[in-house]
Amino acid sequence: MYYLYIATGFALLLSFIVNREKTFKAITIATHRFVNILPAFVSMLIVVSIVLFLIPDELISNYLGKNNIFIGLIFASFFGSITLMPGFIAFPLCGILLKKGVLYMVLSAFSTTLMIVGVLTYPIEKKYFGVRLTILRNMMSLFIALFVALMTGIFFREIF
Amino acid sequence: MKRDNSIKTAGVSGYLLFLLVSFMYGFSPGKEIGHNFISFSIDMLKLLPCAFILIGLFEVWVKRETIEKHFGEESGIRGYIWALLLGGATIGGLYVSFPIAYSLYRKGAKLSIILTYIGASGICRVPMTVFEISFMGIKFTIIRLMVSIPLVILTSIALGDYLTKKNYKIEKGK
Repeated sequence: MYYLYIATGFALLLSFIVNREKTFKAITIATHRFVNILPAFVSMLIVVSIVLFLIPDELISNYLGKNNIFIGLIFASFFGSITLMPGFIAFPLCGILLKKGVLYMVLSAFSTTLMIVGVLTYPIEKKYFGVRLTILRNMMSLFIALFVALMTGIFFREIF
Repeated sequence: MKRDNSIKTAGVSGYLLFLLVSFMYGFSPGKEIGHNFISFSIDMLKLLPCAFILIGLFEVWVKRETIEKHFGEESGIRGYIWALLLGGATIGGLYVSFPIAYSLYRKGAKLSIILTYIGASGICRVPMTVFEISFMGIKFTIIRLMVSIPLVILTSIALGDYLTKKNYKIEKGK
């Protein structure tokens, strides 16, 4: 976590030395963004705080943890594909789940499908690119996401 | 919209009231939910300011228009590199990249490059990646990018070539 502080401090300092005005503008943008998504954020935290109370930790770490990798992956990629969630909500949520014992590879399947597989955006995509291209692209994307999840699992020593 | 807001306000105040009462009377499920909420919030607050400042800096210093200008002029490997860069600089989700991809296609970009752009706008958007690193650690992000970028390019080339051979034409509204 400290490298994030260091990187931010360094970037901010560098930006400030090169151009003061731009740096202040960047901070204004940052504040605006933060304030804008705060309500969505608080809602997410409220829902998550209740849901995680209702679902016992053992259940989560059992079904999305080491014992049921296959089920976890299917579950995660299914939810990732059918939901629309901006990254600034999705990754904090993943961070919370990670602490609850959910595997990196399961979270990888969830976040990657969330980003490149779009079931809800299908009507929009179809309108621009036609049915065939849309279906093929989404299938390829699902395959990519599962492969990424697999590699994540290998590198974090969660499988093999 | 207004009704939606008032429902939300009611929900949030109900929740806070519930927590308050739980803490006053020692209702343990409520206390546990409250502890969840507070500890999650603290975790978020440790990371969010940094993430947003980095995103702000990114937006001020990187001009998307410059990347877009180069787009389509270059063919070959460079075309794919521009596609990745433009994808990385995209803000918003897939629904933002579809219209951009479509207009690039109209301007004469190759189908495989368009597909690479759509994929890249999903997997390597910089603001989102900042969030990812903050919450999941840099190792997670590096693995994801190193694996998914080559795959996105390869599948885009395969899919683009296949459809071009089949004389697939993109017609808006069909």
